[in-house]
Amino acid sequence: MKRRDFFKSAALAGLAAAFSPKAFGITSTGKSLAVQSEPDMVAVMGGEPAAMLTRALKELGGIGHYVKKGYKVVIKPNIGWDRKPELAANTNPELIGTLVRLCKSAGASEVIVFDHTCHDWIKSYANSGIQAAVTAAGGKMVPANDESYYREVDLPRGVNLKKTKIHQAIIDCDVWFNVPVLKHHGGAKNSISMKNLMGIVWDRGIYHRSDLHQCIADTATYHKSPALNIVDAYRIMKSNGPQGKSESDVVLLKSLIVSPDFVAADTASMKLFSQVQPTNISDVRHIALAEKLKVGTQSIEKLNVKRIKMN
Amino acid sequence: MKFLKNIRIVLSILFFVPILVFFLDFTGKLPLILHQFLKIQWIPALLSLNFVVIGILLALSILFGRIYCSTICPLGVFQDVIEWKSKFFRKKKKNRFKFSKSHNILRYSLLAATILLFVFGSSFFVILLDPYSTFGRIFSQLFRPLFILANNGLAWGLNAVGNYSLYKVEQIAFIPVAFIIAVIFFFSIAGLAVKNGRLYCNTICPVGTLLGLLSKISVFRIAFEESNCNSCGSCEKNCKSQCINSDTMTVDDSRCVSCFNCLSACKRGGIKYNLRYKKQQISSNQTPIDNSRRTFLLASGAVAGSILMAKANNLNPKKDSILSRKPIMPPGAQNINHFNAHCTGCQLCVTKCPMQVLKPASLEYGLSGITQPHLVFSTHIFCTYDCNICSSVCPTAALQPIAMEQKKLTQIGIAKLRIDMCEVITHETDCGACSEHCPTQAVHMIPYKNGLTKPEVTEDLCIGCGGCESICPVRPYQAIYVEGSEKQAKAKKPEEAKKFNKVIDDFGF
Repeated sequence: MKRRDFFKSAALAGLAAAFSPKAFGITSTGKSLAVQSEPDMVAVMGGEPAAMLTRALKELGGIGHYVKKGYKVVIKPNIGWDRKPELAANTNPELIGTLVRLCKSAGASEVIVFDHTCHDWIKSYANSGIQAAVTAAGGKMVPANDESYYREVDLPRGVNLKKTKIHQAIIDCDVWFNVPVLKHHGGAKNSISMKNLMGIVWDRGIYHRSDLHQCIADTATYHKSPALNIVDAYRIMKSNGPQGKSESDVVLLKSLIVSPDFVAADTASMKLFSQVQPTNISDVRHIALAEKLKVGTQSIEKLNVKRIKMN
Repeated sequence: MKFLKNIRIVLSILFFVPILVFFLDFTGKLPLILHQFLKIQWIPALLSLNFVVIGILLALSILFGRIYCSTICPLGVFQDVIEWKSKFFRKKKKNRFKFSKSHNILRYSLLAATILLFVFGSSFFVILLDPYSTFGRIFSQLFRPLFILANNGLAWGLNAVGNYSLYKVEQIAFIPVAFIIAVIFFFSIAGLAVKNGRLYCNTICPVGTLLGLLSKISVFRIAFEESNCNSCGSCEKNCKSQCINSDTMTVDDSRCVSCFNCLSACKRGGIKYNLRYKKQQISSNQTPIDNSRRTFLLASGAVAGSILMAKANNLNPKKDSILSRKPIMPPGAQNINHFNAHCTGCQLCVTKCPMQVLKPASLEYGLSGITQPHLVFSTHIFCTYDCNICSSVCPTAALQPIAMEQKKLTQIGIAKLRIDMCEVITHETDCGACSEHCPTQAVHMIPYKNGLTKPEVTEDLCIGCGGCESICPVRPYQAIYVEGSEKQAKAKKPEEAKKFNKVIDDFGF
C-alpha cells in the first residue's frame, strides 16, 4: 500500500514537474527527470547537514517533488529533550532549518514544526536550537503540550493500538516530513524514524503499558505517512539514550539516510549504528513488527539505494 | 504636608507592582531578579538573617513609624487597593471611619504565640500570619489561576485560526488545603479592609503588632496641633487605621501605619507629622496589658493541638508504601528541620517552577509545614535537571541558592524500584520509560531475558528528580517512586561513557 502510494505520488509529482517551466529548464540542460530511476533510499556521508540534505533531495527529484505551491507542510523533528545540539539528543537544527527553507522556496504556504516533548517544551524548543533555526528560515513552531491540540484517528491495521490521538498539524497538513535523529534508547533499544512517531501522539503511557514495540509499529500504519523519513546521523548518540549524559555518548558520523519507507530507513540506520555500537536489529522489535504489518521492508538489498560520499 | 500622602502612594506602587506581576507571571519571561523585591520583606529578612535589610527596615521604623506597612508590605497595599476600589460599591463614599479601641489582648497574644511557637520549633503561625506569604498564597491560589484561564481561553481562540503567539499553560493543581487557606484569608482580609480599613494589620498581623511597638517611639509621628485644630473630626473619619481620636486629640501610634491620609484630610494644619521629641510628649493613656497568662495558655493550646494533629496524621494507615513516603523537599532545602523552620509557604517557588512539580503541602510536613512546597510527580511533571529556579528565588533562605552543577548532584530523594510490579517483569515486554527519563542513568537497563532489559537503580547516582516515577506506566501506584530525603546529600557524579574514536567511513549496508 505504502509503496504503491509512493509511486503514485511520485508519478504525479513527476508529471506536474514535467509541465512546469522549471522542469523544462532542467531537461534542456540535459539532466533527465525520469521517474522510474528515482531511488527508494538515499544515503549521504561526509558533508554538513544542509549540504547532505540538499544533495539527497536532489537525487529524489528535488523538494518540489514533495512540496507544491501553497502546501501546508509539517516537519516533525525529535525535540524531546532540553539538550544542546552537541549532545545529539535532538535532531540537528541546521538540518531542520534547511528543510524549512527548502519547503518555503518550493512555495509552501506555511511550514509548521513541533514535537510532543519529554522535557519542558519551551526549554526544549529553545535549547535544541531548533526554534531559532525554524523561525529564521520562515517556519512556525507550534506547541504540542496540551491534549486539545490532538484529534483521535483510527489505526485499522494496528494490533494493540486501534486508535490514538495525533497532533492536528499532521492531520490537517498537505505533506509532512519525519526527521528523527539516530540514537540509542534505553527502552526501545534504538530511536529512529518510527520511534519518532511517539512525538506526534498525545498518550504515550498506553504505549509503555501495552507492548511498546507493537504500539510503535501500529502507529507506523497510520494512513497519512510522511513523504520522507530523513534520519539525521550527523551526530549520533551511541549510549545512554535517549537523553545522553555527555558528549562522550556522541559520535560524529556526518551521515544522512532518506527514504519514504519507515522500515527500510530504520533498518539502514541500524546497520550504520551497529558499526559504532553493535546491536542486534531483532532486539529493536518494532522494526520487524512493522514489516509484518506491511509498513515497509527490511530487505534493503532489494531496493534501489543511492549511496553518496561527499568530500 | 499633603505631599507626604502622594509620596507614600508612589512608593507603594513601586513596591507593589513588581511583586504583583512576579507572582502572576505564568510565562516565566519576567527576570528572576525581581525576587530581590521580596528580600526586603520583614519575615523573609528575619528568617534569612539578612542583617542589612533588617537594619534598614528597623531604621525606617524607628525614624518614620510603620511605613513598611503602608508601602513595602504587599498585603498592606493590597488592602488599600481593595479599600480604595470598594468605593464603587459603598453607599457612604467618604469620611467613613471612626476611632475604635485597639484589640490588645488579641494582637499581643498572636504576636507572642507566633514567637513562642517558632522558638519551640513550629512555624505554624509564622506561615499563616506572615503578611507577605499570605499575599503570595492569595495571589498564587486565587488570582493566578484566573489569569491562566484567561490566557488559555485567548490561546484557544488564536490557535484555532492558526496563530500561535499565545499557548496554553497548564493550570495549577488544585490543592484543597492551600486553596481553602487562601480563600479564608482573602475574604476576611478584604472584608475587614472594606469595613474597618487596616484592622487586620492592627490586630492579626504579628509584623504589624511588632512594628506598632517600635512606632510608639519613632522619631517622627502623627500628632495634633491643638492650636490649629477645630475638632472637625475629618482626620478621624479618614483614618483607615481607626487610631485617631479627635475628641481627645490623641493618636494611637502603635496602630498608625503612616499613610498620611489624615494630613491630606485636614485643611487647617490641625494634625501634623512631626518630630516626637521636640515638644513635650503627649502622655499615652495606653499601658501595656500583662498578657503572659493568656498568651501562655493560647500558645500551649496551639502547640498541643499541632502535636495532636501531627500524631493523627502519622497514625493514619496507608495501603501502598508510595502513599506514606517521606515528602520531597525542593533542592536547596538542606534538611527538613532547616526547611520547615524557614519556609513561610509564600508560594513564590511554586509559581516560578517551570515544570509545576512544586505544590503546596497539605499535612505532608505536619501541621506546622502547611502550604510549604514539596514535589508531586505526575505524567511529564518532574524536577528538571537543568533548573535551579526555586532555590534562586527563595526570599527566606529556606532554600539556599545552589549553583547548577551543585543542583545536578543534590539528592532530594532516592528512587525506590519495586521490580515485581515492573511492566517488563509482569508483561515480559520492553518498556524502559524510567531509564529513558533518568538524567544521571541512576536508573539504567540491564539484561533480563529474551533480549529484554529491565531497570536497575544505583542509589548513589540518584538525585530524586522523579523523571522515572512521572513516566512509569504502572498505575495507580508506580513500580518506581521517589522517597524524599530528610537530609539532602550529595550524589555521585555520573560516569561518562567511553568515547568512540574510530572513524566510520562506510554506510554498513
